[in-house]
Amino acid sequence: MAKAYHHTLGNRRYHFASLAELMAKATPARSGDRLAGVIADSAEQRVVAQMALAELPLTTFLEDHLVPYGEDEITRLIIDSHDAAAFAPIRHLTVGDFRNWLLSDLATPETITRVRAGITPEMAAAVSKIMRNQDLILVARKCRVTTAFRNTIGLPGRLSTRLQPNHPTDDVTGIAASILDGLLYGNGDAVIGINPATDNVAQSIKLMTLMDEVIQTYRIPTQSCVLTHVTNTLEAIEQGAPVDLVFQSIGGTQATNESFGFDLATLGEARDAARSLKRGTVGDNVMYFETGQGSSLSANAHHGLDQQTCEARAYAVARHFEPLLVNTVVGFIGPEYLFDGKQIIRAGLEDHFCAKLLGVPMGCDICYTNHADADQNDMDNLLTLLGAAGCTFIMGIPGSDDIMLNYQTTSFHDALYARRVLDLSPSPEFEKWLDEMAIFEDVARHRPSGRLPEAFARPLSRLPEGGVR
Amino acid sequence: MSDATPTHGVTDNPWHRLREFTDARIGLGRAGTSLPTRRSLEFQLAHARAQDAVHLPLDVEALRCALDGLETGQPIHRLHSRAADRETYLQRPDWGRRLDAASRERLADDAPRPPVDLAIAVVDGLSSLAVQQNAPPFLEGLMRRLAEDDQDWSLAPLTVVEQGRVAIGDEIGECLNARAVLVLIGERPGLSSPDSLGLYLTWGPRVGLNDAARNCISNVRPAGFVFEEASRRQMYLLREARARGLSGVQLKDRTQDDVIESSGGVRNFLTS
Repeated sequence: MAKAYHHTLGNRRYHFASLAELMAKATPARSGDRLAGVIADSAEQRVVAQMALAELPLTTFLEDHLVPYGEDEITRLIIDSHDAAAFAPIRHLTVGDFRNWLLSDLATPETITRVRAGITPEMAAAVSKIMRNQDLILVARKCRVTTAFRNTIGLPGRLSTRLQPNHPTDDVTGIAASILDGLLYGNGDAVIGINPATDNVAQSIKLMTLMDEVIQTYRIPTQSCVLTHVTNTLEAIEQGAPVDLVFQSIGGTQATNESFGFDLATLGEARDAARSLKRGTVGDNVMYFETGQGSSLSANAHHGLDQQTCEARAYAVARHFEPLLVNTVVGFIGPEYLFDGKQIIRAGLEDHFCAKLLGVPMGCDICYTNHADADQNDMDNLLTLLGAAGCTFIMGIPGSDDIMLNYQTTSFHDALYARRVLDLSPSPEFEKWLDEMAIFEDVARHRPSGRLPEAFARPLSRLPEGGVR
Repeated sequence: MSDATPTHGVTDNPWHRLREFTDARIGLGRAGTSLPTRRSLEFQLAHARAQDAVHLPLDVEALRCALDGLETGQPIHRLHSRAADRETYLQRPDWGRRLDAASRERLADDAPRPPVDLAIAVVDGLSSLAVQQNAPPFLEGLMRRLAEDDQDWSLAPLTVVEQGRVAIGDEIGECLNARAVLVLIGERPGLSSPDSLGLYLTWGPRVGLNDAARNCISNVRPAGFVFEEASRRQMYLLREARARGLSGVQLKDRTQDDVIESSGGVRNFLTS
């Protein structure tokens, strides 16, 4: 029997049947929670739920499990890996106190790092629900999460990009053309990552080999990834393919991940296999995860939780496997989960905040589909806000148009906009490479070269005149 | 100011000719580091068209006229999902998967008594444009193949559905006593493909099935997967499903190659 929660306001006593209900009702409005039937009944009820949540001791989340311990391996992971010593300095706080503490000067980058292992996803989700957008930005900016493979990702003042050269038929020439375009716009330091059009092992190996050859030929301090199922990548490793990063979409409940066709043991096996290849030069973070609010509901695996709480629980999975990169594909899922630009922006800031608080190297696929009530201006807003929040990386795609996945994400140009406006640089190793290759004529001022760099002039001259389609 | 920046402020990309090899928006040039005006407005136009495709209502009468021309010898039923309008449809996928009461009654009155082999449902989905333009020519080819097949294909009345999602075909197929249902539906519009039609085949349709039970052919449109090829592959799937009495993940489409080879014959020019 779930424990009920109450809050008295004036002469009215509000009743919440469970912690899950309290969390859901306290969540800023979004269409996915309405679809799930867990949204607050009124604007007033939402704020009352937030008030009730603010009075809850953080220790509540260690005792009242939102998804039963016996039924869910992610709950077990969260509870069993909770670090009581790290938790000690904040153990006495309520959720409301925790917000104050995070905003205060007591919470420095160092102290936040020290308490990190004592914070559970549910605590992070709870505090985010009573934070305004500016709070989410301010605190996220104080969180330090640095990872490394062939370069160093996540240092302060840096904004990396995933170069995403997708093509609807995985055409080698078309993919190479998009890679070149991205590199010449200074993109690709987080990863060069392809969503394959045909999702099987043979196709994945072909794409891995293509990217590996480019990275080796031009000695690019970056890594590659084919975003195929974890079991495909494991098979590719067994066949001797050049695997840098292992990809998987992950969710915050065991049942969600079962619907994705994997469990925690599979991820552990894949991480160990990729590490055994020893392909990283400055670090061995070998995992790349994608998440996004709504995936658990979509798989009917949400246990009556709101979508943002499910999402935060996915970060427990992520941090356990020490990924190089994680990104929330915030606007991809569609308007039945995040209806418009306002909801997408809020969700992007929440996901980034919760992940960073938990120590996850969070980037964001700042994106929308054509059936959502959103446009480029909404993406500009979220990009600028996430840049201010210290977002680890964003996507970079030619002209914002993913011609394979049919959605819009940030462009190579957008990344340069953010770098100029917020004075952010790519990872240090990659920045040096842009300078050495003369891709940028003034890398400190984010100014690309007007001329074609020498190293790329030769391959272009090899192309047949008139081209082939 | 870079010496390569012309006085009009736009720096062209010398690798612009690579656009011959891909539809991706590469080599756009830059004003400072931003999109030049022309490229920015081109994008806005594409987005405007894609959004219009989502919100433009299906012209059901025009579609019925076009489908009448196919001479299937069957009446055409006009149906509606439980999602009353587009705004509701976008937020309630569950309602888009079920027929409204009036539509159910209409089908109950007209259900074929002995089972038929196939029911075809034309559903607006997320792009009325796709359905309006591409459903009639695709069906023309498919009807010809069905007629020429060496086994008989008995057909249920054709249905046209407003505010529907793929799974609404399950209810239609069940109501019409059909062994299989083929749903033609407007797919989520892409920036450069506002008119993609999707084809979903489900054997043994009944309410409650999920996508694992279906076989999908996507991106059917003149600039994508062309009608002739799409109807050929659809006929293959129909015959296989009928022979094996199933559809979905257990029915693999062997007409597709496992590895797509570069169509251009040009290798990775960056390294070879």
